Amino acid sequence: MAERTFEIWRGDRSGGEFKEYTEEVDEGMVVLDMLHRIQARQANDLSIRWNCKAGKCGSCSMEINGMPRLACMTRMNQLPAEGKIKVQPMKTFPLIKDLVTDVSWNYRQNERIRPFKPPAPDSDGKYRFQQADADRVQEFRKCIECFLCQNTCHVLRDHRKQEHFVGPRFMIRVASLEMHPLDTDDRIPDLKNEFGSGWCNITRCCTEVCPESINITDNGIIPMKERVVDRYYDPVARILRAITGGGKKLPTA
Amino acid sequence: MAIDVKELKTIEHDVLVVGAGGAGLRAAIECSAQGLNTGVVTKSLLGKAHTVMAEGGMAAALGNVDRRDNWKIHFRDTMRGGKFLNNWRMAELHAKQAPDRVNELERWGAVFDRTPDGLINQRNFGGHRYPRLAHVGDRTGLELIRTLQDHGIHQGFSVYAEFCALDLLLDDGRVAGLVGYFRETGEFVVFKTKAVIFATGGGGKCWRVTSNSWEYTGDGFGLALRAGAELQDMEFTQFHPTGMVWPLSVRGILVTEGVRGEGGILLNNKGERFMFNYIPERFKSETADTEEEANRWLAGDKNARRPPELLTRDVVARAILAEVKAGRGSPKGGAFLDIASRRSAEDIKRKLPSMYHQFKVLAELDITQEPMQVGPTLHYFMGGIRVDADSQMSSLPGLFACGECSAGLHGANRLGGNSLSDLIVFGRLAGLGAAEYIKGLEKTPAPSDEQIEAIVKEATAPLHRETGPNPFQVHDELQEIMGEHVGIVREGPSLEEGIQKLEGLREKVAAVKAHPSAQFNAGWNEALDLRNLLLTGLAVAKAAKMREESRGAHTRLDFEGEREEWGKANVVVRLGEDGGVEVRRVERPDPPEELSKIAYATLEELEGGNG
Repeated sequence: MAERTFEIWRGDRSGGEFKEYTEEVDEGMVVLDMLHRIQARQANDLSIRWNCKAGKCGSCSMEINGMPRLACMTRMNQLPAEGKIKVQPMKTFPLIKDLVTDVSWNYRQNERIRPFKPPAPDSDGKYRFQQADADRVQEFRKCIECFLCQNTCHVLRDHRKQEHFVGPRFMIRVASLEMHPLDTDDRIPDLKNEFGSGWCNITRCCTEVCPESINITDNGIIPMKERVVDRYYDPVARILRAITGGGKKLPTA
Repeated sequence: MAIDVKELKTIEHDVLVVGAGGAGLRAAIECSAQGLNTGVVTKSLLGKAHTVMAEGGMAAALGNVDRRDNWKIHFRDTMRGGKFLNNWRMAELHAKQAPDRVNELERWGAVFDRTPDGLINQRNFGGHRYPRLAHVGDRTGLELIRTLQDHGIHQGFSVYAEFCALDLLLDDGRVAGLVGYFRETGEFVVFKTKAVIFATGGGGKCWRVTSNSWEYTGDGFGLALRAGAELQDMEFTQFHPTGMVWPLSVRGILVTEGVRGEGGILLNNKGERFMFNYIPERFKSETADTEEEANRWLAGDKNARRPPELLTRDVVARAILAEVKAGRGSPKGGAFLDIASRRSAEDIKRKLPSMYHQFKVLAELDITQEPMQVGPTLHYFMGGIRVDADSQMSSLPGLFACGECSAGLHGANRLGGNSLSDLIVFGRLAGLGAAEYIKGLEKTPAPSDEQIEAIVKEATAPLHRETGPNPFQVHDELQEIMGEHVGIVREGPSLEEGIQKLEGLREKVAAVKAHPSAQFNAGWNEALDLRNLLLTGLAVAKAAKMREESRGAHTRLDFEGEREEWGKANVVVRLGEDGGVEVRRVERPDPPEELSKIAYATLEELEGGNG
């Protein structure tokens, strides 16, 4: 089969450049296979982060011809048949080396989310809830933490609002707790005050790049934003709550 | 190059857990709960460990779907699957404790699929008498690791990500810590600890066709051997019957047994459902012998026996191999796995979403329309570090092991679904064991500077060599040898030849050269992993040569069938004075009478107890 030429970003925090590598492509290969072939034959020290090679661990996130993708799930024959293939690290996160970035900021966001808080189980020690209630949450729990959505979110990528907004990954992580049939905690104040739900303006770029096809924006972020609005900005609901004393907490803003 | 040990970064913990998959995280959670100052090192990022690859589910006799199930039947199934070479006590602990561990995961936020009554749903799997696997579609491993991760980050232990362990430190025959390095910077770190728990997984990367990721280089086996601990049952390497065979670049990637659990059937190129021809004597009374009966079982008839596709993995893997050898294989050299004609497209996408996605993307195949092509792939090590059943402590005081890197629970063959439950049951027990051990320590062990210096010196040597073999090529050679001589079926002379070839690789492994930069340098990482890969390969090959019978996952063409005398012994591996891999036969103690009775009882004698 044909040879293809890759332009791969080589460098670290002190700088770098795109370097060209040409290798033979076999039938059925994905971009990660080609990077490994280049690593084994031409560039032993090429840094790539990867693990499962089956789209299940979310390690090999990078930008291929400008698109945020998993290298293990991008077939060579999906790419244009002509021209060089440009591979570079995710732009939003600090570079470590070559195609590997420092994604530790994401792990710090996760630690800010308060743990799951279930009620006591039924008398036989078991919990009961219906599959329909599991479905909503299971969609979000498919997330493999590849952070491609975080990389794509313009609030983080272009406006660098990491101090203000946790990003789509952690919006749906909170949604997976807020909609969890057993969670008893009130997640709404944190969404508004700590996690910056207002920063998202629903451009749906995150949903587009999700390799797990999670409907991040429509099923996760929008319902969360609506709950924040209902709690803090809906005047009728505020009056009703004031009269009935309902709601988990009175608005503070 | 002189190394000043005082300059090296030193971190102290009571206990260090090596590995952050299901077993490592569960062990760390337990250590924290026991009040230990706990550290966890992981070769990759948190939440990426091999556990995410587990698909089908975790076995626990909850009795939610079939109330006849109970721990005794789970225990009996596990022993029968393991061809009675399991550690009896471990199989008992596992079957008894798995339900509590699964319920605990739900308390920590896991969202399992539900039964119509709203309980945790359970699916059928090979070798399990009743629907027993708690699951989340076909991504149960991800659910397990994410639950432990999201719970674990609030339990107070420290995580050191992208960190590779090099060697254990000792003091007077006890574990005193461990030296390793961060992949990102190449910086060495000395961990000074009172105990170390290995949860390092297996060594599938000894083979080319494997479902395992790059991390599976047998680190726990290599480190344990070099520190003087013993391994056991290394000849039992499980070839999962259904790995992808095409395209070549994804050959070996797992196709979950859940496909068969949901009704999928295996066909040869003549369209024959060949598994009916491979039912072993021991399972005849419990396996359907006609398609009609197998179909009734799928439709939910509780009186029908199980289809032969759900026989244990060793049986199914050998059957596929035999069909291919007889010229009845699929065009790409496997068997056809058909779910398309058995279930609606909607059902398939709902119960097997990641299989649907995996084939769609990687093989451009729609599994709701066409059959898959599958073949055996190296999947799992039943053997590993030899441990005490209750405490999980190895023969080296202060070294504990749990999960795939430890031996005992699965005997000669592991049942699907018994791995995830193994991780959480024995991860917890290893944490408890370490806490108990530390309580009894009279003084904190202290490693010598000389040991630390020697480890760092050996690790940096590949960076300083002017010339030497390419580590990736040496790894390739090792895989070639293992594939040719230590595969799914084995023979004495070929094993001996393989052992000689592996011994011949020693010099090359010791001479590999890496690009002289320690920062995220894959070539250097590979050079260091080779030491463990080679020891693992040798341990498997030598143990396989010693066991002159066929049992479970270990098949000898020159010694067909189980031999009574080998049912009474394990093969134990250790390093000799000269650094050579030594194997010896160790007689097994007689089983406790009570457990023996359960293992050999009829189903009727055991059913019930959950009702």
